[in-house]
Order: sequence, then structure tokens, then C-alpha cells
Amino acid sequence: MRAAGDLVLGELSATAAAWPAGEADHVDGVPARLVAAPSTTDEAAAVMRIAAQHGLAVVPRGTGTKLTWGRPPERADLVLDTRRMDRIVEHRAGDLVVHVQAGARLDAVQEHLAPAGQRLGISPVLPPGAGPGTAGGVIATAATGPLRLSHGAVRDLLIGITLVRADGTVAKAGGKVVKNVAGYDLGKLLTGSWGTLGLVTEAVFRLHPLPRAARWVVVGVASAADAHDKVQRVVHSQVVASALELDRPAGDPAALAVLVEGIPEGVDGRVRTLLDLLGGDATAAGEPPAWWCHAPWAAGEVALRLTHEIAGLPRLLDAVDDTARRCGLRAAVRGSAGVGVLHAGIPAVPGAVPAFVARLRELSPSWSGDVVVLDAPPRVKTALDVWGPVRGLTLMRRVKDQFDPARLMAPGRFAGGI
Amino acid sequence: MTIDQAPARRSAITGLARQLRTALGPDAVIDDHQRLRTYECDGLAHYKVTPALVVLPADATGVVTTVRACAEAGVPFVARGSGTGLSGGALPHADGVLIVTSRLRRIVEIDPANQRAVVEPGVINLDITRAAGADGYYYAPDPSSQQICSIGGNLAENSGGAHCLKYGFTTNHVTGAEFVAPDGEVVRLGGKAPDATGYDLLGAIVGSEGTLGVVTEVTVRLVRLPEAVRTLLAGFPGTDDAGAATSAVIGAGVVPAAMEMMDALAIEAAEAAVRCGYPAGAGAVLIVELDGPAAEVDAQFAEVERHCRAHGAFEIRIAADDAERASFWRGRKSAFAAVGRISPDYIVQDGVIPRTVLAEVLHRIAELSRDTGIRVANVFHAGDGNLHPLVLFDDSVPGEAERAEEVSGAILDLCIEHGGSITGEHGVGSDKAKFMPRMFTEADLDTMQLLRCAFDPDGLANPGKVFPTPRLCGEVPGRHKGAHPLQDAGIAEVF
Ligand SMILES: Cc1cc2nc3c(=O)[nH]c(=O)nc-3n(C[C@H](O)[C@H](O)[C@H](O)COP(=O)(O)OP(=O)(O)OC[C@H]3O[C@@H](n4cnc5c(N)ncnc54)[C@H](O)[C@@H]3O)c2cc1C
Ligand SMILES: Cc1cc2nc3c(=O)[nH]c(=O)nc-3n(C[C@H](O)[C@H](O)[C@H](O)COP(=O)(O)OP(=O)(O)OC[C@H]3O[C@@H](n4cnc5c(N)ncnc54)[C@H](O)[C@@H]3O)c2cc1C
Repeated sequence: MRAAGDLVLGELSATAAAWPAGEADHVDGVPARLVAAPSTTDEAAAVMRIAAQHGLAVVPRGTGTKLTWGRPPERADLVLDTRRMDRIVEHRAGDLVVHVQAGARLDAVQEHLAPAGQRLGISPVLPPGAGPGTAGGVIATAATGPLRLSHGAVRDLLIGITLVRADGTVAKAGGKVVKNVAGYDLGKLLTGSWGTLGLVTEAVFRLHPLPRAARWVVVGVASAADAHDKVQRVVHSQVVASALELDRPAGDPAALAVLVEGIPEGVDGRVRTLLDLLGGDATAAGEPPAWWCHAPWAAGEVALRLTHEIAGLPRLLDAVDDTARRCGLRAAVRGSAGVGVLHAGIPAVPGAVPAFVARLRELSPSWSGDVVVLDAPPRVKTALDVWGPVRGLTLMRRVKDQFDPARLMAPGRFAGGI
Repeated sequence: MTIDQAPARRSAITGLARQLRTALGPDAVIDDHQRLRTYECDGLAHYKVTPALVVLPADATGVVTTVRACAEAGVPFVARGSGTGLSGGALPHADGVLIVTSRLRRIVEIDPANQRAVVEPGVINLDITRAAGADGYYYAPDPSSQQICSIGGNLAENSGGAHCLKYGFTTNHVTGAEFVAPDGEVVRLGGKAPDATGYDLLGAIVGSEGTLGVVTEVTVRLVRLPEAVRTLLAGFPGTDDAGAATSAVIGAGVVPAAMEMMDALAIEAAEAAVRCGYPAGAGAVLIVELDGPAAEVDAQFAEVERHCRAHGAFEIRIAADDAERASFWRGRKSAFAAVGRISPDYIVQDGVIPRTVLAEVLHRIAELSRDTGIRVANVFHAGDGNLHPLVLFDDSVPGEAERAEEVSGAILDLCIEHGGSITGEHGVGSDKAKFMPRMFTEADLDTMQLLRCAFDPDGLANPGKVFPTPRLCGEVPGRHKGAHPLQDAGIAEVF
């Protein structure tokens, strides 16, 4: 075994930087054998071919901030580290597009774009202690933050993709123009695929102009019904909010924050409209509230994603309260109430968490959403199905079988054991 | 297909007709040759195939029954909405069933509280906006054909329209669908909430041109009507100036709701057809529409005006009211049809280029036109680089149709050469399958086929569209070139 490993390492080293894995390379408790860090798509393809020849299970890794999300892989023979693929290949300011390698860090991308007065409309929501992730990681996890209300999800901003399949084949879909309907949209398929369909090596995103002015209107909310009422007032108004976020810390008073962006004259007027619309203690500020862009869980807690139809908000919030009470937990909820994607944090109490999740899932049809456990300590994860029920699973399995018949890409990590 | 298979196929169709007549009622099935011919083409009339059978189900269950029957009989099927497609996507299969959704026109629900509408696939695009209007909402993607095209067709083509520059395409507005896979399995994907668990199969189905299955219900996002809308029409000496103005506006960080351009020949055609009264002597006109909060729109409108003047606009008109706005748009919206006034025949091309190479590509098109004597009128979505060159010819002049085809193809090559796409909104369909290898490598196309094989291993859903002779499912990619041996032997058919 040892000798075989060394042999593979030799082969890998001839194509890309590679080294034996250490403890820091474990993937959610699963030990890895080798790490390879290619710097181009071609190198990545060579690495993937070698892995395929030797039947190595591959887990892609960006900055590794979300490597414990999802289910642990069944095996992690090779960690494919993308951090050396960190180039901004091309920024065409006049076309409002940027082409990056998958390992490019999002903060570096934003810094590069800002002088041209542009941004990638993905706002960094960061879990405790984590730095910004990579383009590939954001695509693979389909994570979204506050700006989704105005700019859409990662899938909506991604216009071109290059991927390496499990067998080492390099393929691309889409391109670098915003409008394009030639062929299947593989970018959408790969977005949120958690490294189980292929390795993303390059991406082209559409960009948006940086707004010249931004202000936040913050208002307290007294109850789930009040939160709903205020969200509805904002979304049905014509102020065109850029973000509409709810913050409901466990046991503490809740608040709603609305981001308004545009030109100074326009923003002032819209802020006044919002203050009237929301009434009560609504105030305006030039800075976001302290909780803006931060995940609502503490280190070591269970991280949940709760999706909902917009008007399902009060039913979801009441269910969270009621279920938390029954299970003896405290639940903090935060997220994009104007979009329908909330996050929640609960303490990792072994018996209580599965009960909490199971009951929320039972009730979730009343707000038409899904309850996903993004992250949790291993002992909690093993006691429940982190992804929960999935519609269309048969077709998803068939897609996985086609792209990765030998189950070498992050096996077992995704919904339905994919 | 070999000669021996033909009778077998015919008897399969006869069996299907009988079976479906019993299940769906006699008036849901058409097998009379004369009546079948009504369906022999879509909006791209130079491809014609008479379907073996047409089925018009009254509801989703009828669609499922039909797809299952086709799967059992191994008969190919093609979905058809309103048949306005311009790439031959709904072109029937001679040995197959055409499933027409025109009776599935129920608006199931307008749900303003959730900003969603749930509709059957045959519902006409504009009818959603009409139904949502009372609540202050509309459906944003607005193809020029919005008065007749179906939402199912829009989903299949990932259709766009003038307002997609700011609001995105169909794929950004569909949040859920009920879908019948080619084996008859019914799957609900997404819904009113975002981010359903699992792969984004909905994202893969949108734009797949009916090759992955049939959509039986669609959930779409409704968009709040803007507080203000302002529209400007600017006359420029030529397309270079109008193009420079376009770049300046976008470069300044303004995202108009729409930004449309027409060149001299397109203006001439529009004047001939609808007397739209565009600025006299204009070598190009630009229509710019801004919408949003009133103060924002006013400020940005002044900016757009300034950029237009700075780049040579000699006349700028501002719509005073809805009637005047409609008159600005009338010329643009009638342009395709109007070209019929100045040329007996024409090809509507649909290619995309990065906005920044607009001037260069338009020059190259003009050169092509000069060199071949084939006139080209340009009408396009300037804001997102989606060109619609209208290639004019006279079929009665020997050889002219062929030259027009060549010019039309050369324009696509120009788009590819400049990093663009062979289609921005009309789709690949039957028409452009042969161009796919110019834009994508064999490995790219093979990878797309993996998705196809996952959904449709037997190749029954809209075969022959989008991809040029793809390999068979399960076959190792890259080994076979040209016709597949199984196909040569008449044992299996490539799709
Ligand atoms: C609520 C929330 C919203 C967020 N929104 C944003 C946001 O808007 N902007 C932002 O910057 N960050 C956002 N984040 C943080 C974001 O999740 C991480 O930046 C990113 O998803 C992980 O990047 P990473 O490089 O650390 O990935 P890793 O932790 O290394 O990997 C995460 C997963 O992606 C897979 N993966 C990584 N790279 C690839 C690849 N190239 N190909 C295939 N699979 C791959 C891995 O196998 C793993 O399953 C958000 C986080 C949260 C909690
Ligand atoms: C004058 C004119 C102007 C146009 N302008 C635009 C424009 O601005 N933008 C634009 O994008 N397009 C435009 N088009 C093209 C066309 O209207 C669109 O492609 C439209 O989406 C087609 O809708 P349809 O209902 O007519 O579909 P059809 O032509 O009937 O079918 C189109 C494709 O969709 C598939 N399909 C249909 N229904 C279903 C279903 N339920 N499930 C699965 N697959 C299905 C078919 O198999 C076929 O591949 C224009 C067409 C015309 C004639």
C-alpha cells in the first residue's frame, strides 16, 4: 500500500505539485492520502486522469472553509487543492465580465474589479472564523449572501464554466457573453454540486456596476407576524431594495435590515419612503448592522439552511420557535427573508438536534421549503440525514452515474448519498 | 432507419393512435394526413416534416399518458408550444408523435404574496403579465413574440427579450416546474422557494430545447412593476456612433431596462411597413429605456442623453407618454416582419458578441455584404451584444439563396471568432446543430451528452435537435468518428 502510494505520488509530482497528506488535509474527519495542487486546467486534467487510473477518490478543496459541510466523503484518497489556480484570467470591464481560475479568492477578485467601478454580485457571508472562499468553492456550494435579492444567485451570475470530469476530460459550457443559449447549461448543473460531478477549474461571471451610494434601514420586529408584514411591505413597494435581511438571535429582539443602493439623490428618497413604510423605530444608517454578512451560528454549533416561499416566513419562524422550545434548544435565525433563504444556528446537543430537524422537516410543506444541515460536529451528523428528502433523486443519480460512473468524485458527500 | 423497420414503425404509430384516442378522447389525436400538415414546421418555415401523429392533451395527465405510451412503443416525441420557434426546435419527427400544449392554457395561480405565478405550459407569455397586472406585477422576459409564444416554449428555449439586459432571461425567472422525463417519470423540480435540495436539474432543463422531456407546469417569478419608465429614441449618423454611445452608457454604470439598435436598412424597412417616423437621415437609431425608482430614472436618463449627444446623436426624442413610447417601439418590434417589404426572402440570424467588439463586427458584416452583394439589415439588442442580422435575398434569382446562407453562416463564424455565441435566444434546434462543433470541442459536446443520456438513454425526446450526430448512450466517448457502426447496421439510431 505504502509503495503503491509512493508510485502514484511520483506520477502526480511529474504533472503538478503534490505531496503526502497530513492531518490538516482530513476531509470532515476522513483521512486523505495525497494532495495535489495543479496550477492550470491542463495540469488538473492530468491529475484527474492519474486519479482515475488508480481509482482514487478525489475531493476538491479551495480555501477549505466549508470542507466539513455536507456529508463526509466515503473516501478521500486525493485532495485536489485549487489554491494555485488563483489567476484572474481576464477582466473585460467594457463587457462587464470576469474570467477567473477556480482557486481565485473572491476577496481578491472583488479588489481587482473595484477600481473599474464593478463588482461580482456575491456578498460574502462568512461563518465564524472563516475567511472568504474561492470562486470554485462558491460555485460548488452555491452559497449566497444578502445581494442575492438584487443580483440573483451564483447560478444567475455564472455565464461560462470549464470543468474536468472524473475521467480527466476537460469540457466547457457557456462562454463569455451574457446572452447565450447554445447547448446545455452545464454551469447550472455544476453550481451546488459539491464537487460530486466534476472539478470546476475556470469560471466566467457577469458583473454589475458598483453603486455610488448605499444606505441601510433597520427596524425592530416584534413577532413572526410582524416580520412577515414588514417583509411584505418592502417587497411589494417600488423602492427596489438590494437586500432584505432578517436577524433573530435566540431569545433577543429581532430586526430587519434593508439595503438601498443607487445614486445619492435616489437613495435618499427611497430611504425616506422606507422609513415611512416601516414606521415605528426604523432608522437609517450609512453602515450595515454588525450582524450583516455573518452566519448566525457559533463555532461548534449546528448550521442549518432553511428555504421558504416568501410569504411562508411567519409559519417557518413560528415552527422554529415552537420546535426549539419542545426540543429544549435555542435557535438563532438570520438570512435573506426577501429571497427565501434563511440560515439558523442551534447548539449541537446530540439527541435534540435530530428531533429538531425531523420536526421542522415534517412541518416544512407549510412554507414550501427544505431543511438542510450544512454543518455539524461528526457525532451529530451521523445521527441524522443532513440533506433530507430530495425530489427528483432518481434523475440525479442517473446524472451522477453518467458523469462519474466509478464514483470517484467526493463519493457520498451529497444529497441521497450521491 | 432501414427499409425493414418502416412497417414496424407505422404499426407502432397506428397502435399509439388507437391507444391515445381511447385514453384522451377522439379529438385529442390527429392522424389525418391533411390535418397533420398544419404542424409540419415552426417559425422556421424552410424545414418541413409531417409528423406521424399529433396529440393535443387537455391536461398534464394527458401529456404523461402520451409520453409513457411513446416510451413503451419506443417512438420518438417532440413537444410543441405555439410553434413560433425560429430554429426548427419544434420541427416534427416523421416517425414520431408531436405533443402540442395549446390546450394547456390554465393559469393555475397568481400569487403576489410569494411573487410567483403557476401556469400550464401552453399559457401565452403575455397572458401572465396581463393576469398579474392588477396586483402591480408582471412577467419580465418579453420575447418579441410574447403575444403568441408559450411559456413552455420559452422555458425550452431560455427565451429572452428587449428587457433581459437588466432583468435576465427565462432561466432567471423560472423557479419550479413539473416535468415528464422521457421514460414517463413525473418529477417536480423547485417550486415557489429557491434552492431545492440536490442538483439544479431545473437549470439544466431550461434551454434544453425539449430534448430532456416535456414540461407540464411552470412556476415563474413575478416582478413588481417599476415606479417610473422613461424611453428615449436617438438618431445617429451611423452604427459606429450608436455603438460608442451604447458602450459609454454601460461603462458609466447605467443598466438600462432595454437598449436596442437598428441600422439604416432596418430603419428603411420599418418605415416602409409601419411609418414609424424615425429621425430622417439616421444611419442608426438607438432606443434606450430606463425603469425603476423615479429619481434614479430621471438622473440616469440625463446621463444617457449626455452620452448619446457626446457620441454624435443629432436628434433625441423623449417619449411623453405611453402612446409615444409605443410608437418608438413599433418600428423596432415590427422590424422582422417589415423586412418582407424590402426583400422577397430573408434569413433572421441570431448571434452574440461581446458588446465591446460591436463596431468591428458590424464593419465585417458590411464587408461581407459588399463582397457578396447580399444585403444585411441589422436590428439588435445592443446592450447585451445579441445581433439579429436580417440577411436579404431573392429566391427567384438563381444562387442567391445559397449565397445568403453562406453570408448567414459567415456571420456566425464572426461571432465565434470574437468570443461570442451562435445563438443568443432563438436556440440551436434543427437549424444550427451543424454549427455546434465550431463553438464547442468534441469533449464539450460529449459532456453535454452525458446529461442527455441521464435523462433520455433511448433518445426519444426531440431527437436530431441541438447536437450534430451525438454518440450513443453508454458508448465510450472519443473513439468513433463518423457514423456509428450500429447505426450503419440499422440496429440502433443515433439521436
Ligand atoms: C450563508 C452563507 C453565505 C455565503 N455567501 C457567500 C458569498 O456570497 N460570497 C463569498 O465569498 N462567500 C460566501 N460564503 C462563504 C462561502 O461558503 C465560501 O466562501 C465558499 O463556499 C467555500 O469556498 P472554499 O474555497 O473555502 O471551499 P472549500 O471549503 O474548500 O470547499 C467547499 C466545497 O466545495 C467543493 N469544491 C471546492 N472547490 C471546488 C472546485 N474547484 N470544483 C469542485 N468542487 C469544489 C469542495 O469539495 C467542498 O465540498 C457564504 C457562506 C455562508 C455560510
Ligand atoms: C416574430 C418572432 C419574434 C421572436 N422574437 C423572439 C425574441 O425576441 N426572443 C426570443 O427568445 N425568441 C423570439 N422568437 C422565437 C420564439 O418565439 C421563442 O423561441 C419561443 O420561446 C418559442 O415558444 P413556442 O411556444 O412558440 O415554442 P415552439 O416553437 O412550439 O417550441 C420551441 C421549442 O420548445 C420545445 N417545447 C415547447 N413546449 C415544450 C414543453 N412544454 N416542454 C418541453 N419542451 C417544449 C419544443 O420542442 C421546441 O424545441 C420570436 C419568434 C417570432 C416568430
